[in-house]
Amino acid sequence: MSTFRLDGKPIPFTKGQTIMEAALAASEYIPHLCHNPEFTPHGSCRVCVVQNNGRFISACTQQAQNDMDIDNSSTRVNDYRKSLLQMLFVEGNHVCPGCEKSGACQLQAVAYYVGMLSPRFTHFFPCREVDASHADVAIDFNRCILCELCVRASRDVDGKYVFTINGRGLDAHLAINSTSGKLGDSTLSVDDKAVQVCPVGAILLKNRAYDNPIGERLYDKKPVSIIGDVAANGNNKHD
Amino acid sequence: MNPTDHAVEFVNELIASSDAEPHLLLQHLIRIQQEFSCIPATASATLSQHLDTPLAVVNGVIDFYTFLHTSPRGEYDILFSDNITDRMAGSQLLIKQLCNRLGVEPGAGAGTGNTSVDATSCTGMCDQGPGMLINGMTITQLDEQRIEQIAELVEQNRPVDEWPQDFFAVSENIRRTDLLLNARIQAGEALNSMLASGSCKTLESIDAAGLRGRGGAGFKTALKWSLCQNTQADERYVVCNADEGEPGTFKDRVLLQSRAEELLEGMTLCAGIIGARKGFIYLRGEYLYLLDHLNSSIEARRANGLLGKSITGQSNFDFEVEIHLGAGAYICGEESSLIESLEGKRGIPRIRPPFPVMQGYLGKPTVVNNVETFIAAAQITVHGSDWFRTRGTTESSGTKLLSISGDCRLPGIYEYPFGVTIREILKDCGADNTQAVQVAGAAGHMIPVDEFDRSIAYEDIATGGSFMVFNRERDLLAVTQNFSRFFVHESCGFCTPCRVGGALLDKLVYKLQRGRASRYDLEEMRTIATLMRDTSHCGLGTTAPNPVLDLLDKFPYTYENRLIDDYGPAFDLEAATKDAREISGRHDNGIITERQP
Repeated sequence: MSTFRLDGKPIPFTKGQTIMEAALAASEYIPHLCHNPEFTPHGSCRVCVVQNNGRFISACTQQAQNDMDIDNSSTRVNDYRKSLLQMLFVEGNHVCPGCEKSGACQLQAVAYYVGMLSPRFTHFFPCREVDASHADVAIDFNRCILCELCVRASRDVDGKYVFTINGRGLDAHLAINSTSGKLGDSTLSVDDKAVQVCPVGAILLKNRAYDNPIGERLYDKKPVSIIGDVAANGNNKHD
Repeated sequence: MNPTDHAVEFVNELIASSDAEPHLLLQHLIRIQQEFSCIPATASATLSQHLDTPLAVVNGVIDFYTFLHTSPRGEYDILFSDNITDRMAGSQLLIKQLCNRLGVEPGAGAGTGNTSVDATSCTGMCDQGPGMLINGMTITQLDEQRIEQIAELVEQNRPVDEWPQDFFAVSENIRRTDLLLNARIQAGEALNSMLASGSCKTLESIDAAGLRGRGGAGFKTALKWSLCQNTQADERYVVCNADEGEPGTFKDRVLLQSRAEELLEGMTLCAGIIGARKGFIYLRGEYLYLLDHLNSSIEARRANGLLGKSITGQSNFDFEVEIHLGAGAYICGEESSLIESLEGKRGIPRIRPPFPVMQGYLGKPTVVNNVETFIAAAQITVHGSDWFRTRGTTESSGTKLLSISGDCRLPGIYEYPFGVTIREILKDCGADNTQAVQVAGAAGHMIPVDEFDRSIAYEDIATGGSFMVFNRERDLLAVTQNFSRFFVHESCGFCTPCRVGGALLDKLVYKLQRGRASRYDLEEMRTIATLMRDTSHCGLGTTAPNPVLDLLDKFPYTYENRLIDDYGPAFDLEAATKDAREISGRHDNGIITERQP
């Protein structure tokens, strides 16, 4: 079997596997947000940036090769990840103390993991309306990081196409496929895969916010590098 | 019939007369926009049903392209070209003049009036600017007098096709010719040559000539074609990238106008070699005025047996070319975004590999080349590789067409052998007192005086053709600001560093320009710019920070005297508290700043 090195450690891989897929299979953690092993690689958040022989690449989209010597932990790589997370924090309105996903949010958990202490950049403070029109699911666009996991889940698993991306550039935003543009008028059901994949506090189950008290939540006792994705193993049901 | 029914009817006819393929979505939307000056909701819904595409996806496409709108534009939809060269030629004052004259707000849409005035990215008329688009058609050489005439025509409600033809005249401005522009080939000559010597020998000749992609990236053309040829597939495609969107570039405009025949020859040559039966010219929406001309060139070749079935009488040589229009999205010049756009989608760059030569249009092997590359390939096939190698350097053979604009007496098209220095070019185009040259557009590099002996070549300064000259009177920070704003507007928004980083960078350039930035901000600019360069998803994001990095590294004199100390206020305290002081009845102007340490 072929191998590449991740921080000096040999990682076996099969042809066609990405660096991320091989690392996950070997139980090695590379920070990520838009990647979910159940879906095809996306590469939008760029948080999984690693360095190969001096060149920066995204681990989730780059196929593994034999001669790779991947740096997953240098100060430069970690600083880049921190800056990318800070950008996501200032782009939306991510107020952790007031967010019901706090403690079970992958954005927050990865930010802790890379040692992000402040948002650093100038906040954009966008004005985005919350959509609570659906009986079981609410959406707070202020917290969307455009990972498109719900878009992919709804399209590829649920076969519904409830979510899509509209706009361009800084105006790119999650949109809902219904004549009114409201979630309540869409075909989304609470059992849909799309409801379970959100890594942040954008798509939320109604009336379940505090089923699990703060202090007992997913990342409250162990870091994301050990626990893994919020969307994995039913973690996203807040229980 | 009310307008709603009309829109539904129009879409039904559109579908009936063409195809209900989802990949035609963008082309249909462009037609609807042209007809109704917006995409009525009923049209989107009908199109969504016909193409079996979710409504939100249709809306996502409308939202992505700047020339598509859900609310009506004016009957006179005016877009001023907003490249830095337009600004240098006075476009800002002309926008004001027209808006004041017609009583409209720039950027406000049509409202109740019949005119909308807004700005758009470079329309490719930098050698004869300022330029504008009116209902998609190009107007050049704007000045106070022409603006006044336009205002009068609008007030008289005269249809645009009755406006004076000289408004719409686009000059070629060819100032220097060399190998490519001097050589002419007969229609079919390259094809006959290829059929006589075989596709293998023809590829060898293009390879021996050392032809590299003229879009600027410089990938070896023969290698690209043979990779595509050698990928197993039942269909292959040839795509001409005529989405000449890099600010300051307009050489393809001239080639499309005067060398369409040779472009089609080059595309057909490629099709013959790789085994493609279908090709596309992806024409930027700003060049709508070239559409009829290109369509007639295609028709003429079809009539001559050089397109269509059994080309040059060969029973197994079929090739059709179709023109797809863009709709105002710079990112679609990136080849994988261009393919997404050809498929009718939002122009989001794909993950590479797989490269288009393996999986391109509709997942099939696809060659994407620049206009100039196809023409050069056709000429090499006729005149041979030695002929081509009589010009240029070892690594960069042949010539390059440059689009020269800005502070020079003779803006226009210049064809030079590769290896020509910046200094020689400046001398030829009549540029004096030059402070800097921006080569390869906003995504390229700003070259300072002490580097004017560097040359245009893939091994030194690579370029798709943009060459903008700035004299010593110019504020280079305003240039950087124009470019950083351009990238904010043109980022597709897919990846974090380009989407957010680009906007943060633009804010910092603005802060620096208005004298509110400190050395800390300079460091922040460098941090963000470096991050964008190293971690973005595509070439737009990795090159977007170039103007800022060049400014920081090579032009410190432009900002050194505008810096404030690290503890100075980032904004004007007096201005920020003005309203509050007025409301509370305090008239102590100056007191706040006076108390600053």
